[in-house]
Amino acid sequence: MISYYKKYAPYLFLLPAAIVLGLFFFLPFFDTMILSFKDYSTNIYNPSWIGVSNYIYLMKSPEFYKIILNTFIFLVCAVPLLVIIPLILAIMINQKIKGITIYKLLIYLPVIVSIVVAAIAFKWLYAQNGILNYVIGLIGLKPIGWLTDPRFSLYSVIIVTVWKGLGYYMMIYLAALMSAPKDLYEACEIDGANFIQKHLTVSIPHLMPTLALVTTISSISALKVFAEIYVMTKGGPLNSSKTIVYYIYERAFENLDLGIASAAAVILLCIVMVFSIINVVFFEGKKY
Amino acid sequence: MQKFQIKNLMVHFSLILVSLLCIFPFLWLLSTALKGSGENIFQYPPQLIPTKATLANFKSAWTQIPFLTYYINSFIVAFFTVILNLILSSLAAYPLARMEFRGKKIIFYAILSTIMIPFQAIMLPVYLIVLKLNMVDTVNNFMGFLGLILPFAVNAFGIFLMRQAFMAIPRELEEAAFVDGCNIFQIWYKILIPMVKPTLATLAIFTFIGSWGEFLWPSIVLTNKAMYTLPVGVNDLQGMFSANWRIIAAGSLISIIPIIIFFLALQRYFISGENEGAVKG
Repeated sequence: MISYYKKYAPYLFLLPAAIVLGLFFFLPFFDTMILSFKDYSTNIYNPSWIGVSNYIYLMKSPEFYKIILNTFIFLVCAVPLLVIIPLILAIMINQKIKGITIYKLLIYLPVIVSIVVAAIAFKWLYAQNGILNYVIGLIGLKPIGWLTDPRFSLYSVIIVTVWKGLGYYMMIYLAALMSAPKDLYEACEIDGANFIQKHLTVSIPHLMPTLALVTTISSISALKVFAEIYVMTKGGPLNSSKTIVYYIYERAFENLDLGIASAAAVILLCIVMVFSIINVVFFEGKKY
Repeated sequence: MQKFQIKNLMVHFSLILVSLLCIFPFLWLLSTALKGSGENIFQYPPQLIPTKATLANFKSAWTQIPFLTYYINSFIVAFFTVILNLILSSLAAYPLARMEFRGKKIIFYAILSTIMIPFQAIMLPVYLIVLKLNMVDTVNNFMGFLGLILPFAVNAFGIFLMRQAFMAIPRELEEAAFVDGCNIFQIWYKILIPMVKPTLATLAIFTFIGSWGEFLWPSIVLTNKAMYTLPVGVNDLQGMFSANWRIIAAGSLISIIPIIIFFLALQRYFISGENEGAVKG
């Protein structure tokens, strides 16, 4: 084996990316942890070390408890929908039927449109005397304050996130279905299995790694939700639709409470890491 | 045969229903934007087709809001973010795919670990760093753009995507090029880059979409309205026309025209299902 490069060549190739990742990923990563041990609320220009006080503050704060609960509800509602509906859509679309391209385009459209526009569109649907309240009125329900009633606001936001993600996850499943074992489908048909049986016995087992992947990606993106909340509710009413990233944003950039914001960010980091590690373990275990 | 057709009918029915749900919010915006001041947009029952369609709302949105500036700003940010991602990812991916060197494993896992660091969790120190480097629009437009672009100039997904692409190329090509007198940079640039063009295209398109729709970061760093990107500008509509939904709807639609054209022109990259590797968190 001839060596056709100088010893330092690999580092030169890596250098530009290393500078960017170092400056905008690793440095801020460690900064976040350092900031989380400081107190900025008394003097923003001269913060003092306060150990784990910010974390203790968060643990004792009913507001933060509410935030964590909302984030958890968001996960528990959005993730199953984003794992299952796109799976069904992908199986339906992965057939030789007419109009597939049109279906795919329309279902994918929400993915490419900016979340800000999507949120504005939904805000209009959710208006007090808007079209959605008209529709539920048809089946005899009273108008709902979709974004203004603390009982509903979080779920109204979840609907937008799910709606915007369907096409994205559907395409991930479709890509995986392309490599599904065709001979097994044929064997199923010969054995007289129907549509649903066929997919339960062949498609779903084939898609297990993809299911795990979609679960992880959708969980992490549910944890990172921000724009929908910012545009539609600003976290309100009464913190009812506020999740962790919005809380971090508000604490950092509106209250200038950098220490508390960073402590919340560290907690977010830990949650995301747990999800990523579960994914790695699950993946590596299933692969071979 | 009978059963087969019923099944197909049900599939079509469900897909049409889902497709309609996916585009209805936009259709309703369109319907609202086309209604003139003579029409009640809160009318019950709601009217999807305007009785007297008018483009007046689009005109007034276009004249009152500097959409052209927003388009250009968004384009500059997305374009340079794409270029930097293509260059930096394929540079960094090459040694990871092909060379043996000290610390390779550590560097590999360090890059991999950034996938676990969501930007939202570190955005505050990123902002402080950008401030310290003077990369904000209060200094000048150029620095403002730098601050918007540089934090997203490269990421682990791009590096790993390019690494996969490089690993699929036979080694003999590089050795032949070396014998012919190419240095390592020339091998990368003249032999390998042309061979990974399809992957570069995929990376470019998904980076472009991500950058074009990005809201959180520009809304943090931008202070100067002349520097606003589309999502920030569109969000601003709400404040400017608090209850004038006709104009808000028209403005929102104007803002999504370029990306829809982009999407339709390059649809095969999005919906062919061949871009499994481009999965992004």
